[in-house]
Amino acid sequence: MLLTITMTGTPETPGTDLGYLLVKHPDRVHRFDLPWGEATVLFPEATPQRCTAALLLEVDPQALAETRKDAAGQLNRYVNDRAYAASSLLVAAMNRAFRSAMRGSSKDRPELAETPVQLEIRVPVLRCKGGPAVAERLFAPLGWVVEASSIPLDEQLPEWGTSRYADIRLTGRVRLADALNHLYVLLPVLDDAKHYWVAPDEIEKLLRAGDGWLATHPERALITRRYLVHSRALTERALNQLATDEPDSVEPEKEEPDEKRKPLNAVRRAAVLAALADTGATKVLDLGCGPGALIGDLLRDRRFTQIVGADVSPAVLEIAARRIRLDRLPDRQKARIKLIQSALTYRDDRLRGYDAAVLMEVIEHVDEARLPALEDAVFAHAQPGAVVVTTPNVEYNVRYESLPEGSHRHGDHRFEWTRAQFAAWAGGVSARHGYRVEFRGVGDDDPEVGTPTQLALFTKEANR
Amino acid sequence: MTTLDIPELSLVVLVGVSGSGKSTFARRHFRPTQVLSSDAFRGLLADDENDQTITKDAFEALHYIAGKRLRGGRLTVVDATNVQHHARAELVKLAREHDVLPVAIVLDTPEATCWERTQERPDRTFGREVVRRQHRDLRRSLGSLGREGFRKIHIVRPEQVESIELRYEKLFNDRRELTGPFDLIGDVHGCFEELLSLLAELGYTVERDERGRVVNAVHAAGRIAVFVGDLVDRGPDSPAVLRLVMGMVAAGTALCVAGNHEAKLLKKLQGRNVQVRHGLAETLEQLDRDPVDGLEPFLTGLISHYVLDEGRLVVAHAGLKEEYHGRASGRVRSFAMFGDTTGETDEYGLPVRYPWAQEYRGKAMVVYGHTPTIEPEWVNNTICLDTGCVFGGKLTALRYPERQLVTVPAVREHYAPARPLAPAEPVVARALDLKSVTGRRHIETGHGTMTVRAEHSAAALEVMSRFAVDPRWLMWLPPTMAPASTSTVDGYLEHPTAALADYAAAGIDRVVCEEKHMGSRAVVLVSKSADVPSRFPEDGASGAIYTRTGRSFFGPEMTEELLASVRTAVESAGLWDELGTDWLLLDCELLPWSAKADTLIQQYAAVGAAGRSVLPAALSVLSSAASRGLDISALQARLADGLSDVEAFTSAYRAYVRPTSGLDGVTLAPFAVLGPGFYDRDHGWHLSIADRLVAADPKTFTPTRRLVADPKSPADVAAVTDWWLSLTESGGEGMVVKPYAGLTVTGERGLHQPGLKCRGREYLRIIYGPGYTEPTQLARLRQRSLGRKRGLALREHALGLAALDAVASDGPLWRVHELVFAILASESEPVDPRL
Repeated sequence: MLLTITMTGTPETPGTDLGYLLVKHPDRVHRFDLPWGEATVLFPEATPQRCTAALLLEVDPQALAETRKDAAGQLNRYVNDRAYAASSLLVAAMNRAFRSAMRGSSKDRPELAETPVQLEIRVPVLRCKGGPAVAERLFAPLGWVVEASSIPLDEQLPEWGTSRYADIRLTGRVRLADALNHLYVLLPVLDDAKHYWVAPDEIEKLLRAGDGWLATHPERALITRRYLVHSRALTERALNQLATDEPDSVEPEKEEPDEKRKPLNAVRRAAVLAALADTGATKVLDLGCGPGALIGDLLRDRRFTQIVGADVSPAVLEIAARRIRLDRLPDRQKARIKLIQSALTYRDDRLRGYDAAVLMEVIEHVDEARLPALEDAVFAHAQPGAVVVTTPNVEYNVRYESLPEGSHRHGDHRFEWTRAQFAAWAGGVSARHGYRVEFRGVGDDDPEVGTPTQLALFTKEANR
Repeated sequence: MTTLDIPELSLVVLVGVSGSGKSTFARRHFRPTQVLSSDAFRGLLADDENDQTITKDAFEALHYIAGKRLRGGRLTVVDATNVQHHARAELVKLAREHDVLPVAIVLDTPEATCWERTQERPDRTFGREVVRRQHRDLRRSLGSLGREGFRKIHIVRPEQVESIELRYEKLFNDRRELTGPFDLIGDVHGCFEELLSLLAELGYTVERDERGRVVNAVHAAGRIAVFVGDLVDRGPDSPAVLRLVMGMVAAGTALCVAGNHEAKLLKKLQGRNVQVRHGLAETLEQLDRDPVDGLEPFLTGLISHYVLDEGRLVVAHAGLKEEYHGRASGRVRSFAMFGDTTGETDEYGLPVRYPWAQEYRGKAMVVYGHTPTIEPEWVNNTICLDTGCVFGGKLTALRYPERQLVTVPAVREHYAPARPLAPAEPVVARALDLKSVTGRRHIETGHGTMTVRAEHSAAALEVMSRFAVDPRWLMWLPPTMAPASTSTVDGYLEHPTAALADYAAAGIDRVVCEEKHMGSRAVVLVSKSADVPSRFPEDGASGAIYTRTGRSFFGPEMTEELLASVRTAVESAGLWDELGTDWLLLDCELLPWSAKADTLIQQYAAVGAAGRSVLPAALSVLSSAASRGLDISALQARLADGLSDVEAFTSAYRAYVRPTSGLDGVTLAPFAVLGPGFYDRDHGWHLSIADRLVAADPKTFTPTRRLVADPKSPADVAAVTDWWLSLTESGGEGMVVKPYAGLTVTGERGLHQPGLKCRGREYLRIIYGPGYTEPTQLARLRQRSLGRKRGLALREHALGLAALDAVASDGPLWRVHELVFAILASESEPVDPRL
């Protein structure tokens, strides 16, 4: 991977002063050993008009794979771009090769080190998560003119389009130390991956390198979040520290939802809770509970004495457990809730004997061909007293302007049904298993296409 | 010498006062592990064998262990005083819970002797009164042991103790020594004419008595007929049926278990009050006209179930759940004759039967009758042979071990059924239970027991239930394949010489080297017609085309389109008739790779794009620097090599990209026919079938180039090497070397690796990185360890073979599914993904 820094000379300051600022003699080749490779600093041009320093890093992919034994290390064992694209590895090499320049100190040219100079920085291959526009958003507020051009994925296969890499050129009058610190922070942020385990001291590194520019950067939330590898706890701490000078400057993560227009998922949960209330159920199953939004609502409602959240994904169950703070619940609360791994295409004895089951936005994630297995597991085997099923009403999709015609609301939806299709399925199920079924709409009722979500409430007939 | 008879499986209760010599007796006649002593349990729980305060807990623990042993079918001896009724009652109850016979052995030692022995033991601190009281209790008990439920009671007098010998007796139902072959015959119900036709059809010759009555039937090959009961009632000639079966049983050419109709007839004959219904009247009237000699003793002697063929076959009139196989108790007998009823009656007033077979998971095949159905159907390795002959259906026999059904139609409806004959209820039998796939599992494959870790099952559950095709289509998943041993040939990580040497070392003298197609592994299940055989789901599909994780490659329309091409090719190659099947399971590679793996290839492409952009930029920087006189020639050379490596890497993946649109450009390269039952053929056969499919439809099928070789012959090794080099140098991925004899060949250490892959030098750049051929990198990569991957490959192969075996032998769905599920779960094992 490669980074070049070019300084344009002026009558007062020859370009070759770049060598003094970087503490590297332009006529020599400077080498540095790193744990996973070797860095070289050399000067392809060094004239009073223009002087360019190049930092070139050769990565040994096998040595890199050895440095981390965790999941990221496993990933490094696959063929990857780390030898070619600018990343946290390049930043680590910069830190090693240009340490005093990054601090802004220079023994030989102390004044120059404090002065903005005309710089041109090029990173020929940088992975830009979110596209080259993100590079513009990050560097432009710092006084750089940004040229970022996408690199094609394979020039022989133009139909594949562009790759995730861009060739970046930054020009501007910037103090060299600032320029280096901008790169130090923003190259890994654009790449959005780090080669090492991020510890809490990463916050200090960020604040040190971001001194004087990060706190006022319009994208500081994005920068901080990505720099701290999306760790929510670290990001909050860092943003709070950044905000100490300007208490009002931290933007809310998302816009507060309008009180009158509750989001559809909240409306849907309320409708499900209302349906459950109608059944008088106290022992309830949330089948396909996902990360546990409904589980939280159920826990808050004391009429539910036994709550089981079941999902097929162990990872999602862990998120649900964290979200409801399962390990910190008082004993009596904890006794009300159980989270279990189950799959709706198999019979599961643990799901028998409940008053009601909820399948909220679940059936559309099951292949239509497997619905008979789900029907068997829920209605023939678990046989709860009542079943609440919600699923999208596909007729309503025309009201979503951003949704291309014919496409589903979610990539994993195996089908989306019209009201008639849902009614046909639910009618068949209730007839086969001795349930009564009642339909309710959820969300704005459009006279033409109905509500965005449809709900069926099945109630077991007493004599069956 | 005094001989005590003890059933092989029983709960032996020693009864005797302290000091009567129970422990000495137990030591002398039983293995230490068979004996559970209350003293020992007190010691385990309280560090003191005489601590009476712990007695309650000690007995709880003893009963628990005894229960576990009995469930496992192991003779168990309880060494405690057991002089009180309540102590023995608990043990009788325990024996009944596990359907084993309780046996009492009383050590009737004089009280004085007992007291003498007690005094000699320093740890016994209780007084004479205790011994005296125990003795009183014992005397009082002696008369009531039989009433308490003990099926055998042995009283051992002091003078006999030294000369006792135990003799184990088999249960009447234990006929494991009979290995057949058998012809199992369904409910006859007096249909004598049909029975004669069926016996003739099965190859039996009848023998008649002096009055011309049929009294025996003999099979030339010595086969044994097994009647599943209900010989009598409703039909036209129960006496003739009884006379024939009694003759066959007496001659040893048949076995017969008791049906409920025999039980009722016996009651009637014994003069007990029974309701003369369900065709009993006809039998009584027929017997009046045509009496059968020795009928009552015959009926009395009928056993309710038999365990045959080393425990592999169980016959009972109404079937038998696994816990009851080889057990003896009233409820076992009742289950065997009447089945498991729910206590409800149906709309015709007949008892509703509990579908025990649907929950059956036992290894033994269970054959039964009792419930008339239109067609016999296998449910979890059980089959009901009652096809309602007397109601105008047919009389059915099952040839064992061939699993072949033989039927003769009823000559007429002899009796009107109370409820119309129904097909067997299939739906519930196919519902799979979560318990049979999740948690830590140990699965017997026939090639060893495979353990699946709970967290791997959990991971597989998500994939299986969210993405995989219906389990009825999913008969098999391809096992992972290990590479050949790492090569030491200069510049190569994998090389044919190592692959051939591996098999030579394993003692294999013939291998087939198959071209390894670079595509996606695809399993194709195709039904002969859209009207699929009953083992498959009726979801409108006529087969399935799925990936190595069980996911359908295409949506329903494209799947059917490709299946139609496959079906037509199989048809025009004449294979449906030749192979005698109405479905086929093919192991294939689906080409090109880009058809289904576009996103993966584009990840490789990204690496290439980055390298091809940064390296020229760096080289240009270096050339400027060099022109300034800096000495960087070594660095320049390294980067130039790096650039040519990344260019080679780019051409390596480009070779596997071919434009496709819909199915246009998609082809299948079949290399094995796995089902039904062809998986044990040699690879020559498999490839010849593949060739015929290619010939039938060269647009849909791609041929697999191959070379057969002797891995020990230097000339063959050279020929294979040349062939491999020419394949891989023209962009081929490499080859797979397989034992020619096929998937099931075994050596001294069990199954062989079913194949070893030997990948091309250029292809491996995609796996190990553009510059992996650089000598220092190659040296480090040669340290790679293959053991884990090979172990995994063998385990998955064993599971896969067991699944194919279960499919071929019409095994139950849950069995096939637990094996396939285990293959998927094994894939979660952490193994170097580059192997």
